[in-house]
Amino acid sequence: MALNKDQIAKRIAQELVNNTYVNLGIGIPTLVANHVPSDINVEFQSENGILGMGPFPKEGKEDADLINAGKQTITSLPGAVLFDSAMSFSMIRGNHIHLSVLGAMQVAENGDIANWKIPGKMVKGMGGAMDLVSSSNNIIVAMTHTNRQGQSKLLKRCTLPITGVSCVKKIVTDLAVIEVTSKGFKLTEVAPGVSEDEIINSTDADLIIDKNLRTMVL
Amino acid sequence: MINKTVANAEEAISGVKNNMTLMFGGFGLCGIAENSIKALSKKPIKGLTCISNNAGIDDFGLGLLLKKRQIKKMISSYVGENAEFERQMLSGELDVELIPQGTLAERCRSGGAGIPAFFTPAGYGTEVQGDKEVRVFNKKKYILEYALNADFAFVKAWKGDTLGNLIYKGTARNFNPLMAMAGRLTVAEVEHLVPAGELNLNQIHTPGIFVQRIFQGEFYEKRIENKTITKA
Repeated sequence: MALNKDQIAKRIAQELVNNTYVNLGIGIPTLVANHVPSDINVEFQSENGILGMGPFPKEGKEDADLINAGKQTITSLPGAVLFDSAMSFSMIRGNHIHLSVLGAMQVAENGDIANWKIPGKMVKGMGGAMDLVSSSNNIIVAMTHTNRQGQSKLLKRCTLPITGVSCVKKIVTDLAVIEVTSKGFKLTEVAPGVSEDEIINSTDADLIIDKNLRTMVL
Repeated sequence: MINKTVANAEEAISGVKNNMTLMFGGFGLCGIAENSIKALSKKPIKGLTCISNNAGIDDFGLGLLLKKRQIKKMISSYVGENAEFERQMLSGELDVELIPQGTLAERCRSGGAGIPAFFTPAGYGTEVQGDKEVRVFNKKKYILEYALNADFAFVKAWKGDTLGNLIYKGTARNFNPLMAMAGRLTVAEVEHLVPAGELNLNQIHTPGIFVQRIFQGEFYEKRIENKTITKA
């Protein structure tokens, strides 16, 4: 069975490293915060100007002056800090953020990512995505394996305008965990009940099958 | 002591003319200069180039200026959530320049800080690179981006004093301090205006030297774009 969005987020949460700073993008990545293992300490940064972002507020406690990059109302945790956008992107471009999790429309086997524009159809802008992918040492993409038309979002080359060059390190989809290596995509984990063949058929690029290929543990 | 107080939004926007370049602080609807924008929307000013991270929503924020076709060009990083914006952009009525958010922030900061240009890795290898100069530093590629300035910058703070010193609240800080620096004439609107000397000088975010006019906003609607709650 393909994973739902929450399960994709849960699998990505297993990638969190203790005592690190993490930026979560809009969409599935935001859900990762709900699955932080109890023995892991991470601080979440939101590029609109907060480090130490907490969960959504309880009804009636929302504050128009406290939002995340998705413009959702949030709370701050003890030890949180606020700053302006230039300071925020100094943290991001300056490589002080250890992990960035983003959504994507396409990822290429060389690690290129496309997630900001469909020419003639959707032009909402890149927001902070181009800055995020330009410097972070570890970029994980959270996305469905195929788009609504059933086409693979993992490709030899992106056909949409790209957001960043050779930057994605790992992709977690509803079907698989795939690492981006110098030789291309490497399939390391399959979702429970999903066959290797199903993943190969859903991927428009070559897949190196990891010799330790395993089923995801959720 | 210099007193930068003006009576109201209408006085604060005096001097804004057709075809000027204006900066607006805020992220989404958080920390936007509500009162200044409303005052501008009531004037027959047209052909504006607006620099703002976002473009408001259909009936609030910069959406008010868009609806009245006062904006000729938008320079932003993200412009979703606004149907009228999309319509004007796709029909060619509105010129749009999209730039990475961190680049936008740094271009404003640089404009206010006397740095004419800088190299950034953001956008290298993408459409944003265009014909910009590329240079390699420590084996990594960077593109040249130029500073931004504006005829007027409109910023919003939580508290301010008569000298123009400002304190922001929560994530409503965002682009406001940077644009305050980059405006040739910066207008700050605040929720609470106090006499100089009443703010704790250790806590001031924007020194008053960057602000030329300040007023207390008549009313703050402070709309929430995406209310999200944790269910009890």
